[in-house]
Amino acid sequence: MIPQMYRIEHRQEEYPGTFTLHLSPEQDDSDAFRPGQFNMLYAFGAGEVPISMSGPESRDGSLVHTIRTQGQVTAALERLRRGDQVGVRGPFGNGWPLEIAAGSDLVIIAGGLGLAPLRPVIYSVLRSGIQTSRVRLFYGARRPAERLFQSELERWMQALELVQSVDHAVDEWQGHIGVITDPLQAAEFDAARTVAFVCGPEIMMRFCIRTLRQAGVPESAIFLSMERNMKCATGHCGHCQWGPNFVCKDGPVFCYGDIRQWFNIRAL
Amino acid sequence: MQKIPDMLREHPFFRDLAPADLEFIAGCGENAIYAAGDYLAQENEPADYFFLIRKGRVAVETYRPDRGPICLQTLHDGDVFGWSWLFPPYQWTFDGRAMDQVHAIRLNGKCLREKCEAEPRLGFQLMQRFARIATERLQAARIQLLDVYAQPSPLVGDRQ
Ligand SMILES: Cc1cc2nc3c(=O)[nH]c(=O)nc-3n(C[C@H](O)[C@H](O)[C@H](O)COP(=O)(O)OP(=O)(O)OC[C@H]3O[C@@H](n4cnc5c(N)ncnc54)[C@H](O)[C@@H]3O)c2cc1C
Ligand code: FES
Repeated sequence: MIPQMYRIEHRQEEYPGTFTLHLSPEQDDSDAFRPGQFNMLYAFGAGEVPISMSGPESRDGSLVHTIRTQGQVTAALERLRRGDQVGVRGPFGNGWPLEIAAGSDLVIIAGGLGLAPLRPVIYSVLRSGIQTSRVRLFYGARRPAERLFQSELERWMQALELVQSVDHAVDEWQGHIGVITDPLQAAEFDAARTVAFVCGPEIMMRFCIRTLRQAGVPESAIFLSMERNMKCATGHCGHCQWGPNFVCKDGPVFCYGDIRQWFNIRAL
Repeated sequence: MQKIPDMLREHPFFRDLAPADLEFIAGCGENAIYAAGDYLAQENEPADYFFLIRKGRVAVETYRPDRGPICLQTLHDGDVFGWSWLFPPYQWTFDGRAMDQVHAIRLNGKCLREKCEAEPRLGFQLMQRFARIATERLQAARIQLLDVYAQPSPLVGDRQ
């Protein structure tokens, strides 16, 4: 699969080191995507990295990606500005199982940058793409200023139950201070109706899963998005192998019940 | 107006405690309302009470001379604040400040200690409940220390 050329229409700094790129295709033959899928973004002269879709589904093929600078390739992407070109291959991966969330009490748990791959789910819920009986978003971040999509979070507060928790904050902060598992632990769950989508640092996901399990949420109702280094993104090179799975092809979203044994193996 | 035993029964900390035990404990409790900015507790002051938060937010704080108060954690509806009343020297280790209007049940620690000594079965149940909360807070503090959302240094693995 050869990268297609996209141009940066708009670039937004979320907070230092983390930015969102709005891309439009140079030719209009791009594929539709599912929330939770990802693209391989190619920064010319630097390389290619997997980055999740963070924007709404669109008809004109435009894409939104939210990126944190990590190493060589993401730093090259950070240097790009409006009008610059990016190569895009994708979409890849399976995405969030929205059909399972239909009719459920949906609990979305995001940590830090983990809100990016979950934002398309929220868009889908808000425009009634999926009918749920209840939607709660638990968002954990380091500081209030290090939250993604801050103005949207304000708006989402009116439309869904939003619980935010930051590790550190000063007085004006209205949410929780502490770890996201605190408000999660205090929340009431109708365990039989709950479906949870979780994305964030693996440590945070481990503790959130433990809390959900203590509340009686079955393993089969917990879904998480995993990350491993990737190269081909098409299930051929084996770079992203995780236990018997290829994260690029079988994931990145997995049902916890299916991967529990791999999730708990260290250094895998 | 709601009676103390009813309020205790509704609070998650005392969930499933026998009605007779709740009546017994209620004798040590009183209803308390704090305005935003009021201190429920101050570092190094005698820890005579602990608090069941019914409504409102409490900041658990310490003070750094160069930066002023630092909030370590916020507590909310259904949380418990304070276990310094359990062990000598019965002094608060942190400040507890109401962030908005706080409705709480204030339980007298000395009164409770005496009841626990007179009724070890109840004392054990209370200790179990406190031990669980202390464990949860310790776990939360450890996760907080890990700084999981931080931008990693190039040698560190986690990236979100
Ligand atoms: C399915 C999927 C979706 C993703 N979505 C996003 C997204 O929406 N936004 C975003 O910013 N990032 C996302 N990532 C992560 C992103 O792909 C990496 O940050 C990027 O590949 C790093 O490349 P680099 O060249 O900038 O850094 P590198 O030079 O490759 O690495 C810099 C440092 O980060 C570490 N590192 C790099 N990749 C990984 C990894 N996969 N696991 C653990 N440590 C790693 C390296 O060990 C090194 O220390 C996603 C990854 C996957 C697999
Ligand atoms: S990246 Fe090649 S198999 Fe997944």
